[in-house]
Amino acid sequence: MNTFTIGGVHPQANKLTEDRKTETAPLPVQAVFPLSQHIGAPAVPCVQKGDRVLVGTKIAEPGGFMSACIHSSVSGKVAKIDTIVDASGLRKPAVFIDVEGDEWEPSIDRSDRLVLQCNMSREEIVERIKACGIVGMGGACFPTHVKLCPPKDCAIDTLIVNAVECEPYLTADHRLMLECPDQIIIGIKIILKVLGIDRAVIGIEENKPDAIAVMRSKTSMVSGIEVMPLRMKYPQGGEKQLIEAVTGRQVPPPPALPANVGCVVQNVGTVYAIYEAVMKNKPLFERIVTVTGKSVKNPCNLKVRMGTPVSQLIEYAGGMPEDTGKLISGGPMMGRPLLDDTAPVVKGTSGLLMLPEKDAARKEERNCIRCAKCVSACPMGLEPYLLATVSQSQEWDVAEEGMIMSCIECGCCQTTCPSNRPLLDWVRLGKNRVGGIIRARNAKK
Amino acid sequence: MSPILTAILVLGITGLVLGIVLFVIARKFKVEEDPRVGQIAELLPGANCGGCGFPGCSAFAEACVKRDSMEGVKCSVCKSEVMQQIAAITGHAVEAGVEKIAVVRCSGSCENRPRLRAYDGAGSCAVAAMMNGGTTGCFFGCLGCGDCVSACKFDAIHMNPETGLPEVDQEKCTACGACAKACPRGIIELRNRNKLDRRVYVSCVNRDKGPVAKKACNAACIGCGKCVKACPFEAITLENNLAYIDFEKCRLCRKCVDECPQHTIMAVNFPPKRVQAEQAEVQETTESNTSQEQ
Repeated sequence: MNTFTIGGVHPQANKLTEDRKTETAPLPVQAVFPLSQHIGAPAVPCVQKGDRVLVGTKIAEPGGFMSACIHSSVSGKVAKIDTIVDASGLRKPAVFIDVEGDEWEPSIDRSDRLVLQCNMSREEIVERIKACGIVGMGGACFPTHVKLCPPKDCAIDTLIVNAVECEPYLTADHRLMLECPDQIIIGIKIILKVLGIDRAVIGIEENKPDAIAVMRSKTSMVSGIEVMPLRMKYPQGGEKQLIEAVTGRQVPPPPALPANVGCVVQNVGTVYAIYEAVMKNKPLFERIVTVTGKSVKNPCNLKVRMGTPVSQLIEYAGGMPEDTGKLISGGPMMGRPLLDDTAPVVKGTSGLLMLPEKDAARKEERNCIRCAKCVSACPMGLEPYLLATVSQSQEWDVAEEGMIMSCIECGCCQTTCPSNRPLLDWVRLGKNRVGGIIRARNAKK
Repeated sequence: MSPILTAILVLGITGLVLGIVLFVIARKFKVEEDPRVGQIAELLPGANCGGCGFPGCSAFAEACVKRDSMEGVKCSVCKSEVMQQIAAITGHAVEAGVEKIAVVRCSGSCENRPRLRAYDGAGSCAVAAMMNGGTTGCFFGCLGCGDCVSACKFDAIHMNPETGLPEVDQEKCTACGACAKACPRGIIELRNRNKLDRRVYVSCVNRDKGPVAKKACNAACIGCGKCVKACPFEAITLENNLAYIDFEKCRLCRKCVDECPQHTIMAVNFPPKRVQAEQAEVQETTESNTSQEQ
């Protein structure tokens, strides 16, 4: 069975919710839409205070080429355009909408009927995906229309569907495959049409045998789509790791893209969103969120409208357990701690994890003992101890030479460090600074 | 020949030959250095703080010699006498600089600004500022991890464990600006010193609207503008809900200090209020006496 070759760790899977059917979360009283839910320029609001919106109404236009629209997930009245402390703990502008009823845009096809035939041209499909504000649902939130238009000089031959879900606790993609396999297959066909290729591989880790079986049975009659079980290893869901696991090709360091080795990777959630956008004309305004934690009363998978405050999901799952040490948006490896429970669900919220105090607390930091465990764990083949040290001493040129920009922030180094050093924190700082220096240099040219 | 003699001869000849080679090379490739560079470098503090904008003290000394004028070349650490000495060596006139001091513009002590959440990441303000908004409700103020303390080469800034805020040692501070550069929130400002080291400044950088700022911190500037009205010298400006006192215009009258409802405006190194009030009384009485006499 395939997997990637360099580094990686084996965290406990803790998939508590893999057997829980997806439920629909109740509507919020007020929905909040931060304007930067994606990588790139923040969106620009196109509604004003007091405007009435329906479910699916566009409320913000893309703020540049690398940007995405945002649509309302509720019907009601725009209460204000103000700032909110979002999941990253920074203050960002956001649109607040007071919910009144649940009235949808008439253009959206709300029936459960499966639409098989797509008569749109490639350009029309990309345009539709852009208009529906689809971004990568795996967590990075890369605008999908940008990813579907690879540079002209790259010959694409394979679409890889990322259904790995290597992050512990999360089961949103797993449930989606069990509950909506047909839609995913149609979504894959749409993407193949856009890219003009005929080969797709669905990469699924072996700990989801039921999903592998379902996808296999659905793809048995379809030529060109293959299901590939992968040996479990974190971070297999990383784009570059998955490409290596599936095709054996290694993506060169930045600025090279997956397209340079002939691959386009799309998360399975994104594929589903593309189906809904193209076939049902439904913008991206709801997603599946795993609400979980070892002491949570009722861990569940919820279909949630964007903008719903996470406090409401916690309530639905039986309230916040008393021993909660950290509330994390996403999984335990790559997720970010939430400062409070008023933050809204956004396009990249894959899960909501309530980690008990004993698991969440960081242990006391000690000196580096040069054991190089972080080096052998790093899936990008970097030297995390070195990058952290040079970031601490602000030697940005050394950090750049050490390929700090290749870091995918998977957190393998930090979890393996026997001295409990906050390696990833420092590397993130280094990435931030070096990225700024590189951008400034490019702007000068 | 005895082996000892052979050894001495061989080593001796090798040594002689190598010595001659080294001598020739040293003569031929000698780098002529301006002796003034060394003289200036000796006058400089040698901390390589980078406050002058050059990579270190020796680079600064070189720049002093090479440039045609001393314009824009100033060691922020040196006293003006030292700069005069440097000027004497280079022969260029030196502009009389104003001495400055680093001022921490945040009053968000634990008392004024309640800590809402814990932060357990890497102990650096730069990381904290990037990862999340810090541990308080204020998104502008001190993060308290002490990046300024580790940036200071002169041991002039320390965290006060009681308030959780950095404090500048005015004896030691050389105004090199390293702390101001290190602070990701930009709360440290270099302000002019004067004879008695008296300063009046707004100890806050919160640009939020009044109610929001007040909710986050009891000592935040709420942008009410009372100080602007109180100032007789037009030294105070109000921008983005934040008052700023221009130290060039401020005449240290302290009218704004009494007006500020949040007690955000700090007056440092002034004699205690009570004594001054008494002095004023005495002055008044003497004045009235003189007028009576007249």
